[in-house]
Amino acid sequence: MVYTKQVMEHFTNPQNVGEIEDADGIGEVGNAKCGDIMKMYLKIENNIITDIKFKTFGCGAAIATSSVATEMIKGRTIDEALKLTNKEVIDELGGLPPAKIHCSVLAEEAVKSAIADYYRRNGIESDLLIGCDGCCEGCDHNDKELHRPL
Amino acid sequence: MMDKFVYADNAATTSVSPLVLEAMMPFFNEMYGNPSSLYSIGREASEAISKAREKIAALLGCKAREIYFTASGSEADNWAIKGAAHANIKKGKHIITTNFEHHAVSNTMKSLEKEGYEVTYLKVSSEGLLSSADVEAAIRNDTILICAMYANNEIGTILPIKEIAAAAKKHGVICFTDAVQAVGSIPINIADLGVDMLAFSGHKIHAPKGIGALYIKSGTRVQNLIDGGGQESGRRGGTENTAYIVGLAKALELAAERLPDMERIKNLRNRLIEGIKKIPYATINGSLDKRLPGNVNVTFDYIEGESLLLWLDMNGICASTGSACSSSSLEPSHVILALGVDSEKAHGSIRFTLGHDNTEADVDYILEKLGPIVEKLRAMSPLYERIM
Repeated sequence: MVYTKQVMEHFTNPQNVGEIEDADGIGEVGNAKCGDIMKMYLKIENNIITDIKFKTFGCGAAIATSSVATEMIKGRTIDEALKLTNKEVIDELGGLPPAKIHCSVLAEEAVKSAIADYYRRNGIESDLLIGCDGCCEGCDHNDKELHRPL
Repeated sequence: MMDKFVYADNAATTSVSPLVLEAMMPFFNEMYGNPSSLYSIGREASEAISKAREKIAALLGCKAREIYFTASGSEADNWAIKGAAHANIKKGKHIITTNFEHHAVSNTMKSLEKEGYEVTYLKVSSEGLLSSADVEAAIRNDTILICAMYANNEIGTILPIKEIAAAAKKHGVICFTDAVQAVGSIPINIADLGVDMLAFSGHKIHAPKGIGALYIKSGTRVQNLIDGGGQESGRRGGTENTAYIVGLAKALELAAERLPDMERIKNLRNRLIEGIKKIPYATINGSLDKRLPGNVNVTFDYIEGESLLLWLDMNGICASTGSACSSSSLEPSHVILALGVDSEKAHGSIRFTLGHDNTEADVDYILEKLGPIVEKLRAMSPLYERIM
């Protein structure tokens, strides 16, 4: 299995690692059982993501996709961030090995999950889902807790 | 390029010894004849194979005609298991094995299950051990084969094969052991061990990849796996790989000569373990007592193995992991899970396997790099954050 230069760059020098103490939205997706957990913290002002941090437990691709996804939505509006797809994350990294595609899905979902949390805190109605979509066969993704609509 | 390189993955494969390579060379372009041919370069090849077989038999304590060359340890495993299962089907269809075998064994068992064989997978203890009494208790009237690995590839624990073979013999059941990890690391005498079949591989003992062997005790009922032109006494078809067979014999000879060096390797391993114990939330997997001299398997909580491996690699250190993320499947190591370790922790397991080429400086270099890498990954782990 070979990672692209971009994946290795984001893995060795990940951007936006950390926490935001007074975050406006926090999302956590994945499952330690499958070996991937992503947690994202958003600071939002006037509908714009002014700051973003992440913490990830996972493989090289999980760390790289977290890093690149945070870079891609930093300074963007919420609507723009919600349009981020895992495909764009993969493209930005110059590709991912097939077994690692689920990491890009997690990155997309971590972003959505953090925005969902922001909506919830601010009483904004939305049909955003929290959690992953069951792409990873390694664990029990039928867990309703992870899929509850807001 | 990085200035330092430490190879600590000797259970995955080893470098080819220059002496082994030297012994092999003439058989590529001088004595390249087909060993079945009558002319001189064929006869020379044939004689070299006979000598290699005799040397291996003498080193392992068996008869030369009981050693059969294969293309890999996996082939030897497949042959022993499928061959014994198919040849003894009239007696029964029950096989006993363990739940922490190499995939060459466990997937062969799955294949036989699809054919209608019934396989009992004995659970190893949390130490990665198994008693012969457990094996004996599982024997039934229709049991035809007992298959237990000599030493585990991931955690290096050693099973009591001599006692297991004795239990098998008492009940008239064939006993096979996959000794791929054990050969070259611990003294082995097949006559003393009492097994009916034993598999080993060249590339774990400084011979090239692509050569293995199966010991089959005379009189053991085993069907062929590869039919062909009468090679290997008509039991394994395919033109003999003369150079590699010669290399295997030379490697085994060197391994026997270097067996006393295992004490030094064991001390290196202990040094590595002592250093790792200073890192918080690190657990050594498997018995420290009944264990191969070069194996260290450790779980670092709150981080994932592949990230750790990538960082080690960037520092010139080669190791391996039981994490799912390093393989095509998404399941963590079945060996670490067999010890009763949680799957979330199993993702953080790392294996270092030391060999003849490793030095104390290598171990100290690994320890110098390991702690800070673990710390760095924990600093970005949401799991670690929860306990802080």
